Amino acid sequence: MNRTSHPILSMVASRVGLGLLSLLIVSLVIFFSVSLLPGSYASAILGQNATPEAVAALETRLGLDQPAIWRYLSWLAAAATGDLGQSFAGRPVMAVLGPRLLNTITLASITAVIAVPLAITLGVICARFRGRFIDRFLSTSTLASISLPEFFVAYLMMMIFAVKLQWFPSMAGIRNSMDLGEQLYRMVLPILTLLLVILAHMIRNTRAAILSVMSSPYVEMARLKGESEGRVVTRQALPNAIGPIASVVALNLAYLISGVVVIEVVFVYPGVGQAMIDAVRNRDVPVIQACALIFATAYIGFNLLADIVSIVSNPRLLHPR
Amino acid sequence: MDQSIDARPAPPSRLTRARRLLATAPFTARLGMVLVAIYAFVAIFAPWIAPYGEVEVVSRIPFDGWSAQHLLGTDQLGRDFLSRLIFGARNSISIALVTTMISFGLGCLLGVFSALIGGFVDQAISRFVDALMSVPDLIFILMILSIFGNSIPNLILIIAVLTSTRFFRISRAAALNVASLDFVEAARVRGESLLWISIHEVFPNVLPLILSELGMRFCFIFLSIAALSFLGVGIQPPLAEWGSMVRDNAALINMGDITPLIPAASIALLAIAVNFVVDWLLNRASGLNEEG
Repeated sequence: MNRTSHPILSMVASRVGLGLLSLLIVSLVIFFSVSLLPGSYASAILGQNATPEAVAALETRLGLDQPAIWRYLSWLAAAATGDLGQSFAGRPVMAVLGPRLLNTITLASITAVIAVPLAITLGVICARFRGRFIDRFLSTSTLASISLPEFFVAYLMMMIFAVKLQWFPSMAGIRNSMDLGEQLYRMVLPILTLLLVILAHMIRNTRAAILSVMSSPYVEMARLKGESEGRVVTRQALPNAIGPIASVVALNLAYLISGVVVIEVVFVYPGVGQAMIDAVRNRDVPVIQACALIFATAYIGFNLLADIVSIVSNPRLLHPR
Repeated sequence: MDQSIDARPAPPSRLTRARRLLATAPFTARLGMVLVAIYAFVAIFAPWIAPYGEVEVVSRIPFDGWSAQHLLGTDQLGRDFLSRLIFGARNSISIALVTTMISFGLGCLLGVFSALIGGFVDQAISRFVDALMSVPDLIFILMILSIFGNSIPNLILIIAVLTSTRFFRISRAAALNVASLDFVEAARVRGESLLWISIHEVFPNVLPLILSELGMRFCFIFLSIAALSFLGVGIQPPLAEWGSMVRDNAALINMGDITPLIPAASIALLAIAVNFVVDWLLNRASGLNEEG
């Protein structure tokens, strides 16, 4: 048993290593793109009217007189322990982002938990009944809905469910003082919007992944043996399509990231996305860096997860010679 | 392409072939083409179609309702909404188009160059592209814009560079593959020049893929710019842009007024139209692959 799981373990380990490497590169990009800031970092904090002495004093206090590589390493070490520095407004970045991060994770994970099984089911149905009405209907409507800007879907939902029907509140400003039921009730519209945004991508990609497996010889063989079409899809095609499906699902969870930013702004949901937009408007660089790092970590994490799932689910790797 | 069959007896002219091709297009693709043509017409002739100027304040009443003078009412500063919608077509589409072209040129040049040179340079460029692709686009754009400040040239440049990574990958793969294809080999054995081969053999075969990729990337860029403008960091006022028009007039939605949804719907409709055409091209291209 121990020997058989070896190739998988080593492949997973190498993927984790690659993921960490890309995270390192991304952190380098995020850190050093700030050095490109026109004018110095300290004068950006203090504003235009700062005296040269004040700028110099702040530079010393922030450690800006140290070499860049040293600053990068200490920033990285601090970030690894969860300390992302001070915002320009003077509060620790983690104190600003921490509760918001929790909100965003709640929003995204509820969406993901609903979206993934639903999308895979609908994608399988499309592949099973390809060319029939249900497939053509879903294919055309998902093609149309991947073209919709997120804010359009969001405002449409708001218009229908909050303004016309008045079922849900139009603003999702949740607070800790609210009980869980109230919070969930306010999150319905953002979740519904996010679902619509990512479901279309996921269904299309699941369908494509299964159909590409369907053209392989062993599927043909199963058909020739006289197996029913439903059995061919669920027993032959689906297990082999898990790898590709996992990777498209993870890639589409990455759509959640850009979706989350826009949708949090529309529904005034207190999450990281909104914090990032506020920081961009105020040019609060440490907060922007922290948000970018959080989103990039999530993105790389999703991709890593997809890699691992597709390695682990690959039948050929489960039975090495 | 089926011209290899009917080209032999008497090659029909390019125009007839194009017309024949259009006749086989499904309804969605034809609808898409008509819509794209309408958008292009509105964008080009905006100053002649729009009843008022782009930044002209025509009314003292902001957020005025629909009326005979102002068909879609006025916006938050009392400018004619319909006129801004029409000028918005021009700004949104032209900026997205320029960005697509720059990123296409940049990506393809680098891709082919990288494939031809090979070795260390190829590896270095490819790894750099991988790193760029491992940050979510919107997040990267937000970060860079907040550092360099949001002006239209910055916006175009950043999105073009980020999108060119896709073109880079495709063109690099194409350049690597093309040399090993049978029909290219055949043409080379016939003694055709490299230029002749690229124009007559390679280009027609990769054209549907290039066109569909261009279409998809245009949609992506168009939607990104709209989203950025909606977030307030894209195209800045007073230029009319559909994304920022939604944002500026969003307050009307809570009063049950659908006016702010119109620019959003215009964005969606154009993206849908382009995607319908792209889908048809892709289906044709994949059909070819299965036969050959």
